[in-house]
This record gives sequence, C-alpha cells and structure tokens, in this order.
Amino acid sequence: MARKAVVDLMICMNPESAKDDVLKLTAGALVIYDEPLKLNTLRDDLIYYPVPFQKLVTASCPEPKLHKLVKNMIYVGVAGQMLGLDMSETKMAITKQLKGKQKAIEINQAAVDAGFAWAAENMPEQTRLKVVADNKTAGNIIIDGNAACALGAMFAGVQVVGWYPITPSSSLVESLIDYADEYRRDENGKLTVAHVQMEDELASAGLVFGAGWAGARAMTATSGPGISLMSEFIGLGYFTEIPGVFFNVARTGPSTGLPTRTMQGDIELCAKCSHGDTQYINLYPGNMSECFEFAYESFNLAERFQTPVFVVTDLDLGMQNWMSKPFPYPEGNFDRGKVLGEKELAEMKDWGRYKDVDGDGIPYRTLPGTPGGKGAYFTRGSGHNAYAQYTEKPKDYTDLMDRLRAKYETAKGYVPKPIVDDTGSKRGVLAFGSSDPAVTEARDVLAESFQKKTDYLRLRALPFTTEVDAFIKRSDVIYVVEQNRDAQMKALLVEFYPEAAMKFKSVLHYDGMALAAQTIVDQIIAFEK
Amino acid sequence: MTTSAPVVPTNKLGLTKQDYVGSKSTLCAGCGHDSITAQLINAAFEMNIEAHKVGKYSGIGCSSKTPAYFFNQAWGFNSVHGRMPSIASGAALANRELINIGISGAGDSMSIGIGQFVHTIRRNAPIIYIIEDNGVYGLTKGQFSATADLGSVLKHGSVNELAPIDPCTLAMELGCGFVARSFSGDPKQLNTILKAAMVHNGTCIIDVISPCVTFNNHDSSTKSYKNAKDHDFPLHELGFVQFNELEQVEIPAGESRVVTFPDGSKVSFRGLREDYDPTDRFGAMKTLHEGLEKGEFLTGLLYINTEKPNIHDTTHIVDTPLVHLGQAALKPGKDVLAKCMAELM
Repeated sequence: MARKAVVDLMICMNPESAKDDVLKLTAGALVIYDEPLKLNTLRDDLIYYPVPFQKLVTASCPEPKLHKLVKNMIYVGVAGQMLGLDMSETKMAITKQLKGKQKAIEINQAAVDAGFAWAAENMPEQTRLKVVADNKTAGNIIIDGNAACALGAMFAGVQVVGWYPITPSSSLVESLIDYADEYRRDENGKLTVAHVQMEDELASAGLVFGAGWAGARAMTATSGPGISLMSEFIGLGYFTEIPGVFFNVARTGPSTGLPTRTMQGDIELCAKCSHGDTQYINLYPGNMSECFEFAYESFNLAERFQTPVFVVTDLDLGMQNWMSKPFPYPEGNFDRGKVLGEKELAEMKDWGRYKDVDGDGIPYRTLPGTPGGKGAYFTRGSGHNAYAQYTEKPKDYTDLMDRLRAKYETAKGYVPKPIVDDTGSKRGVLAFGSSDPAVTEARDVLAESFQKKTDYLRLRALPFTTEVDAFIKRSDVIYVVEQNRDAQMKALLVEFYPEAAMKFKSVLHYDGMALAAQTIVDQIIAFEK
Repeated sequence: MTTSAPVVPTNKLGLTKQDYVGSKSTLCAGCGHDSITAQLINAAFEMNIEAHKVGKYSGIGCSSKTPAYFFNQAWGFNSVHGRMPSIASGAALANRELINIGISGAGDSMSIGIGQFVHTIRRNAPIIYIIEDNGVYGLTKGQFSATADLGSVLKHGSVNELAPIDPCTLAMELGCGFVARSFSGDPKQLNTILKAAMVHNGTCIIDVISPCVTFNNHDSSTKSYKNAKDHDFPLHELGFVQFNELEQVEIPAGESRVVTFPDGSKVSFRGLREDYDPTDRFGAMKTLHEGLEKGEFLTGLLYINTEKPNIHDTTHIVDTPLVHLGQAALKPGKDVLAKCMAELM
C-alpha cells in the first residue's frame, strides 16, 4: 500500500497552517486540534476533538522551557487512546529513541501518559479508525533509504568518502560514518575508510576521482544542487574513465526548490551529466533492500566499467522510515575490474591505457605506485588517444567517443534487470524508484474497479536492457509514471526507442509530496476515456 | 685514437637524470615554468625519488601542462581548473605512500581554485603544491590574474587596479607548515626548497615567481625577469641534507638555524636578514608584509613547522595504504550484517 492522497485523521498543532489544512480535508475526517485554535468554527462536516494542550503540558511537565517541545508528546497519548494503540509500544519507542537519557525519557513518557489519561476521561469514543496489532510484520526491520545505502557502501568496502552536507542526503554519509566507526576498524582501532567533510561539492567530487584514480573505492552522497556543482568533475570522470559512486538523494528542484520535499527530478541530469556527449550507469532502487543491494553493487559497476555510477534515490526513499525484510548478506567477491599489476605489465608488449583489447569497450588501467617502471600514464580531460597521449586528431576523438558508447552497451549485461509483471495485457506501466508502492496499488485499483489489466515494468537501471526492449515492443501503450513535470524518463525512452515514441504516455506527479495511487489511476483513466 | 664516452652520473637507484625527464615542453621558449620543471627533475634525481611512487597533478593553464614534462615514469593527472588539490588529496588518502606533486598557477590557485587552496592547507594534505606564478593568464592570451600587482601593466596596455592576493601570506595565515617563495631565475634556491619539500609530510606551498615571456615580461610588469631579479631578496642561504646523507655532509655550524624533518633530514638557514626565524610564524609574517609593502620579493623557506598533524592523522586511517587492503579487510562479515539487522528490528 502506498500513501493515500486523502487524510483520515489530522492533528493540528501549527497555528499558521491549521486553518488551510482543515479547509482541505475531505468531509468526515477526524481533527484533533489545540483548543484555542477554535477550528470547529471553520466547517461543520468534520469530527472535531479539541484538546487543551497548554493546560495538560503545564500540569505534566515541571520545566516551562520544555513545554513547547513536550506538547507534541501530549498528542501521542491522545491519539494513542483514541486509536486504541497498545501504549507499551510508544513506551518502547521513546526508550529506544532517547537511549539512556533517563530524564528525557521520564519527561516524554509523563506527557504521553497525561494525554492518554485526559483523552480516556474526556473524549467521546471513536470507532471508525482503530490500530489493531497484527504479527504479519514480525521479523521485519525498519530503516530509511539513506541508512540502507550506507550499509551497502560499508559492505562494499568503500575506502574514501568526500562529502558536503545537503538535505536530504546528509544522513546517508552520517549513517555510514557511524557504521564505519563500529565495523570498519583494523586491529589497532584505525579506520579502513577515510571520510572527509569537504569545503563544497566540487571538492567532494574531486576527492572521489583522485581516490578512484589511485585505486580506492570512493563515493559521495548529495542531492540535485550538489550534482549540478559536481557536473564538471563527473564529465571528467566519464571522459578519463575513473570509477566513482555518486548517491543522489533527490529533492524538489530546480534551484533550491523545496529542499524537504521529494521529486524524481534529476533523471536526465544523472543520465547525461556535464557538457558534451556523456552517458552514465544509473541505478534506481525501489525499496530498502534495493537501496542496500544497489549501493553495494554500484562499486562493482564503477570499477568494472571505470566510470562514475549514480545511485538515484529521492527524499521519500532516503529519509522516510520503511519496513523491509532483513537484507541478505552480499555474497561473493568484489569486482575490481580490469587492473594490471607489475607482473601483468611485465608480460605485456603493448599496453595502452585506453586500448579496447577485449572488444567490450573496457580498457585496462594501472594504478599509481605500481613498481616495475611500466604502466605509468597521463590522465587528461583533453583529447587523448589509446595510449593516453594528447591528441586533437578527428579520428582519435571519434574512436574514443565510439568506444565509450560501446562500453555503455556492454553495461547492459551487468546492470540490474527490470522487474516485469507480464499479465499478457497490451497496456503497460513503466515506473521506477519510489513510485513502486503507488503503482502497485494503482494497478490493483485499475484491475478491480475499472477492469483494466496492466503489465508492469519496474525499471531499475540505465542503460535500458533487452527486457525493456521486449516490454516496449509487445505493449500497445506504455504509461510512464514519474515524479517530475517534464517527463524526463519518457524523454530518455523516446531517445533510445524513437520508433515507439507514440506508445509512451506520461503519468506525472510533481507537487513535492509522495506519489499516491489515486493520482496514477485518475491519469490513466483520463487517457483511456 | 678513441676517447671513452663521458660517464653519465647516476643516483643511488642507479638512475640517470634522463630517467626523470618527461615529454618535450610545448611552452614558449624562455618560459619560467620550464626552469621549475628542470629543478624538479634535478631535485628528484638528487633525492633518489622512485618515480613510480609520484603522483603529478594539475588543473588548467600553462603551468598545468608541465606535469607532462617531468617524470615519465610517474602517473600524471591533468584535471579541471582550480581543482587539482582535491584530486591530489583523494589520491593521497587512497595511497598514503604516494609523493604528491601538484602544479598550479596564479589563476588556477588564487582565483577559481582559491577555495581548494585554502582548505587543502587547512587539512594539511601531503602535497608539494607549486604555484608557477606569472600574474597572468597565458593560455587565454594574457589577462590579469589575482596575483598581478597593483598598477601592473599588461603588454597591450591595460592597468591592474586591484590589489594582489599573496599566496604565501595567505598560506601562513592558514597555518600551513611549509611556505616558500622562490624565483624561476634562482635555480639553486629553488632546488633546495624542492628537496626539503620532498621530505615534508604535509602541504608545502611553494610560490615561484615565473615570468611569462610572451604576455608579461616587459619592464613595467612586476612579474618580469628584470623586475623579479631586481627585487628578489633571499632571506637566507638554504642548505638541505637528506637523512641518508647525514654522515657525509656536515651542517654548517655557527650562525645557521637547523630544522629537522620527521625522517631525520635537515634543512639549514644561514640568515641574510637579521632575526628572520622561519619557525616563528608571527615574526615571519611581519617581515613578509613589510617586504610586500616595499615591493620586495622576499624569497626562501619562509615558514616551517614539521610537526603539524596531516590529513592521514586527522582521518585516523590505517597505516597501510588503503589501496593495499584486500576484501578481507574491507568487507565486514555475515555476523556484522546480522547484528545491524537485529538492531533495526
């Protein structure tokens, strides 16, 4: 189930926005509000529960300067009572959240208790909405996408992290630092990963490519504005073929945009970052397990293909808590790609840094510090031939650009394949990333309420793989669901599948809030009228 | 009658100077930058540097072309404008055994790259950071850089009306542990400074006045050969003795001040200016500022502090170069994932 677009129960604490919020509710919704706001005068088709928050907090909390903060815990008690919540759960949550801070635990718990007691005595019983305990989620974990990505990077053996704080990505690196602190130390207590908070995103990208060039697994995490700043370096990484992992936890753009809202707004930016012709491997995790798995895998892909790799999530995945099955351990060995050591170099007659020896577009690289007197080369963002020498010759340039494209073709065999649900319908839905829960729910609604069966392809990576080719070929119409205004993924599809351009119809959502199933249903039904 | 071929000198690694050269320079004939390249080659030869352990880095500009002209057997990285320091820092973190030589210019470091210049010093990344300083953008055919002196005149007549930024005083203000200024026309001093830099374990800022013969070498330019020669005031006579040569070479006694590097190498200063103490940051800054006021290029090893923690210390990374760690050291086991999962339940 995805988030609903309609609100069933609203708790109004903010005087500035309460009025607007109440006016937007659907008739019959429940409203808990701070008594002095007098929201019940606004309309008469809602069910109101005024609560004297100030009175309750004054009575339950001895410290006046904490009243403002603790007030929010009163409503936890009120709502808990009203919804029939097992209050031992909130107690556990508070204890976990405030680990060891006994005084804070007591103050918060007292507020919850006060709210609960007041509601039990004074509020009319409510039967429409109830929370019922179920054990269907037993054994699951709760995690946010940023922490899941951090875990993936830690298990991938990330060695150098250069970063600059930006919402909503900061907690990705902060989680990684916490995990590394505990699990990535040697026997002397020293770290096996260097993390440096840089002066800006430009320097963060530079650190990644310097480290990647020298043979380390390196990454950064940022959001759209950071990618914009890093673009020049990322183009250098593409052209000079240096591995590096770039997590983009996307927020609403353009410009500063809505920094605390979500969007799939950097699809084209990450597909073709920087000036000139560029193409990147992009991974689109759609849930917590994939955040972990793709973060892990991104380092293998970056080194295999000697190129910047984007892991594209968004605020909705990155910062919200999600339930998930525990992550399986990533078995197997790291793929460190084609790296020549002293011995291999000694045996080779004619090594060229950018020579396509294997016909897959991927050259062999060497690392600074390799002894033996062979293998040194000069990395340059200007024109270079197969031997890494400066060139402006037209053919050298086109050979290089064509090989880079061939390398991208090879990547099709390595990136995560899409998840396809083939029901035999000619009506396809294509979506990716955080849209998945809403799409899943929308497909059920379309099938049950409108007798419209759909096939579903959940895209998980760029470049588009053969499974995408087949899906497009066999569908008559494909609804491309994405969370941006300009249909960025559709634009990519049209570019790579021009013959199918007329099949693609855009289902778009771009108000910064999480995508709801109803939005998708409404737009598809409108197309089919 | 035959004459035997002259003996080509070799260093302790059995290498000749020729083993340290690079491709042929494509800079203008007489460019100061080529003299700096020559001294890098000499210093590395004399210091018995293993070229494969050297990373050469640069940004964009005339200066940034020069890493191709020395150490053919070292890995080079010509990156983007003003961003050499972050590339060098990344490599330094990945492999702490690398000797990092960053070549930059006045535009590359004091304009577009000044942020990276500042923060690299702050982090004390081990980089021999050479600014080939000509006060002008040569590659784009002669615009002022931010080190051009007030009132300086360009070839086509335009006058610089903005005060310069001085990389050395800026570096000292930031607490850089190795700050030097030299002149491409003073090979002996430059050679000594470079050798000392090769054993310093932190950021070395070396501002080398390097006249641009094409765009900024006329008499009214303060960064011309003539002006630099006339105003070059060495602060001291420098001596340098590498650790492994200590037994053979004696440090001149008497008036010399001696600073010892962590590896045991020593640099000696015989003062030409009274009371100049290269270990006294505030005193050194005062002298430098006074010199700048008078239009003097005070050259030499301006400030040295060999004990400042560097980026390897402050990131608390392992002693082994990170790139030498295998999967066993980098990938935590199943038990760790199980523990992480249990905490999230």
